Amino acid sequence: MRGNHVIGEAAIRAGCHFYAGYPITPQNELTEYMAARLSEVKDGVFIQAESELAAINMVMGASMAGTRAMTSSSGPGISLKQESISFLSAMELPAVIVNISRGGPGLGNIAPSQSDYFQATRGGGHGDYRNIVLAPNSVQELADLTMRAFDLADKYRTPVLILGDGMLGQMMEPVEFLDPKKPGKPVSKEWTLTGANGRPSRIIRSLLLDPTVEEEHNWKLVRKYERIIHKETLVEDFLLGDSTMAVIAFGTAARITKGAILRAREQNIKVGMIRPITLWPFPSKAIQEISKIIKHFLVFELNTGQMIDDVRLSLEGRGEVHFYGRPGGIIPTPLEVSRVIASQYYQKRLG
Amino acid sequence: MMGYVLAVAGMRDGKNVTYLPAYGAEVRGGTANCTVAIADEEIASPVASSPEFVVVMNKPSLSRFQNVIQSGGGLFINSSMVDTRPVRGDIEIFEVPANDLAKDLGNGRLTNMIMLGAFVRKTGMASLGTTEQAVQEIFEEKGKSIVKQNKRALKAGYDYMG
Repeated sequence: MRGNHVIGEAAIRAGCHFYAGYPITPQNELTEYMAARLSEVKDGVFIQAESELAAINMVMGASMAGTRAMTSSSGPGISLKQESISFLSAMELPAVIVNISRGGPGLGNIAPSQSDYFQATRGGGHGDYRNIVLAPNSVQELADLTMRAFDLADKYRTPVLILGDGMLGQMMEPVEFLDPKKPGKPVSKEWTLTGANGRPSRIIRSLLLDPTVEEEHNWKLVRKYERIIHKETLVEDFLLGDSTMAVIAFGTAARITKGAILRAREQNIKVGMIRPITLWPFPSKAIQEISKIIKHFLVFELNTGQMIDDVRLSLEGRGEVHFYGRPGGIIPTPLEVSRVIASQYYQKRLG
Repeated sequence: MMGYVLAVAGMRDGKNVTYLPAYGAEVRGGTANCTVAIADEEIASPVASSPEFVVVMNKPSLSRFQNVIQSGGGLFINSSMVDTRPVRGDIEIFEVPANDLAKDLGNGRLTNMIMLGAFVRKTGMASLGTTEQAVQEIFEEKGKSIVKQNKRALKAGYDYMG
């Protein structure tokens, strides 16, 4: 199945009943799929909104009412949604936001790019908050992580971003949908606004004028974020066992890197890969652990260098970090990346 | 569509497959392309550095892609549309007059399935049976006649290479 369709199908299977979006390439197949599928779901609602802003605010309303809700867009549209993502975080509302990103800044182009890393992991909107950011690297992971996104959003009452790119959205691979977790313990939604008939009214708001109240709210969010960091960080190791050098890459770049590493290994270059699956929380601990053995790191991104900041912060100087980036929607081949790996490897006399 | 059918056939053969289209702005007669990977093992990258086989349906695609084929690989040329040949001597070239064969079948739009038939015969990337099954699956909703015509084209390409 096509990546964009898979996100839609996984969302439906995860119990998503509400989708609002506004068209933008390269994620239109997702909007189209949701239009078709939600019409078959009992009580399903699909709205092609008049703008990206309207779409995310509709998601906010659906979320307040206790519905599993999703919106999707690509870079320029995600920029427009930032204000409401900040509000969702402040009001502790679950929502799933998909960014099938493209070349930027500005309108950029429609080719695959990873230039929205900062925007996704640093919040993007105003205020002191974090988003969970999931970075799939295959169509199968698009399915698995979309389902996980809904669970995480409900569990922590927080917006979850899925950061893909045009390549993941457009490519096709076989996929198996896992049965969504048996509804063992339904997420308690005792905060939802469903009409105060027979119970005291509830209020969800982000305006907290009293600084002492706002401060406590901020610390409350921080405690939640610490729980997320502790419990939900995901990372994949690839052939690190005997390596003297590790490439760090996520999403599509990690897919290319895998091919590059297999090529490099044919020439006896001992290189492996660390792939952050959650970009926030970033797998800092895993990288610190690996830095006890491996001292040379090559960060490869489809941008001019964004995740590299998190890698450096994680290492705190314990290791040498180099960078290879291709911005603008260029997709280098595994062969090209394997040459970069080889030149780095031999320059540093690692083998 | 040619690549998509091949990927689905590979999947039905129990292989790992990836299908990566170029979805940018392309015009008819231009170099719209896709990359299909079929493997027994897990496919590391859906982006191909140097594919084993390339199929070109028109002349611009020949100029663009002839040099990415790995040494010892194969190039399928739609000889109805392409009048030049690459100078490379390290690849095998298969010529298929796909448009002419399609005209013989009475539908000029069948060129891609003719090419695919020729491709699976020479490369063995998928069997004729599973490719037919993929055609059945994909074109089913478009009606019996479309399925039948595409299967016929597939067979025609397959037989041409015999």
